[in-house]
Amino acid sequence: MELNVTGLSVARGGIPVLEGLDFTLRAGEALILRGPNGVGKTTVLRTVAGLQPPLAGTIGQERDAMAYAGHADGIKTTLTVRENLEFWAAIFGTGGIDAALDAFDLTGLADRAAGGLSAGQKRRLGLARMVVTGRPVWVLDEPTVSLDTGAVALFAAAVRAHLAGGGMALMATHIDLGLTEARVLDVAPFRAKAPAHDDFDGSFL
Amino acid sequence: MKALLLRDIRLAVRAGGGFGLGLAFFLIVVVLVPFGVGPDSELLAVIAPGILWLGALLSCLLSLDRIFALDWEDGSLDLLATAPLPMEGLVSLKAMAHWLTTGVPLVLASPLFALLLSLPVEGYLPLVISLALGTPALSVIGTFGAALTVGLKRGGLLLSLLVLPLYVPTLIFGAEVARRGAEGLDTGVPLAMLAGITFGAMALLPFASAAVLRVNLR
Repeated sequence: MELNVTGLSVARGGIPVLEGLDFTLRAGEALILRGPNGVGKTTVLRTVAGLQPPLAGTIGQERDAMAYAGHADGIKTTLTVRENLEFWAAIFGTGGIDAALDAFDLTGLADRAAGGLSAGQKRRLGLARMVVTGRPVWVLDEPTVSLDTGAVALFAAAVRAHLAGGGMALMATHIDLGLTEARVLDVAPFRAKAPAHDDFDGSFL
Repeated sequence: MKALLLRDIRLAVRAGGGFGLGLAFFLIVVVLVPFGVGPDSELLAVIAPGILWLGALLSCLLSLDRIFALDWEDGSLDLLATAPLPMEGLVSLKAMAHWLTTGVPLVLASPLFALLLSLPVEGYLPLVISLALGTPALSVIGTFGAALTVGLKRGGLLLSLLVLPLYVPTLIFGAEVARRGAEGLDTGVPLAMLAGITFGAMALLPFASAAVLRVNLR
């Protein structure tokens, strides 16, 4: 299984931001996207995850293979940590959540209301959801925001375990995760040069 | 799919979910109307079906912007869009959860509120039937409006403006069933029209809601 992205151009609000992006991820590989703020990393990740169509190019993988984690964690504050994870497990049709709780050291917090968690704990819960999805391609947008060094190590270990199981990870991050095997792709050279073509209707469809 | 429905109901019932909001608003409308039009029970009996339907409709409107706004704000909507659940199924479930937490309590409470407006006894059953048949349409149409305005800050006003015209046919036929029932007339025709609107909306609108939601999530 591999993720084959060829000639990908992405647009935000109808304006092309990045174009001609090519990369391939094979099972067990991780790719880190780098680039200055606002260059379009999030847009690439949302496009790969299937939340928006690409302007051009192909993503050689089904949407059903992707698990996406964006800036927001999608946590319901009035549900407990366990209820939050169990909900996603039921939606993705996977079983137990204990492995995910373990991987992010949330077992002790399992019956706490998610609204009472700190920002870093919420982030860990958001990332634990990725384990629960059981999908092969993890698409992660700034996964380490508000995590402390210990939690970053937990996250790196979880990614490594996912890769070892034949998974793939595509992420945008600025800090060093200690994932030495991950390749790094600087997207800044792929900035779109062509002016926005006049497709007023298309940007609404 | 059951998990999503259960989650939405659980969220609505827990603190801050706004479960009783529609019901409380309905009660306020029904209690205040006699103060406004006077305590003449014959007059109240005449206007009761219309007031009850209007009250139910406005209470329903009150909670519409919560259907997607909360999931949008905390990011769950993006995550649900990438989940193995078809978008059409997602919006149908959202509408169903809204109906179960808003429409059903209104239907169940309506006989009690009808008492406050001295609705004739023979009008109770038609009122409950018309609300039970009509409120799903309010939820489904409202879900479409909520999908259109998701992501807009303070989209509630726009949502009301978009949805109210779409609510008019449901209101006309729903209130007509209740009025005819209260006057002891045959309710067959407006009831059939109401059922047609509801089932038509349930069959067609989820596709429209899913399409606009996909566009709004970009």
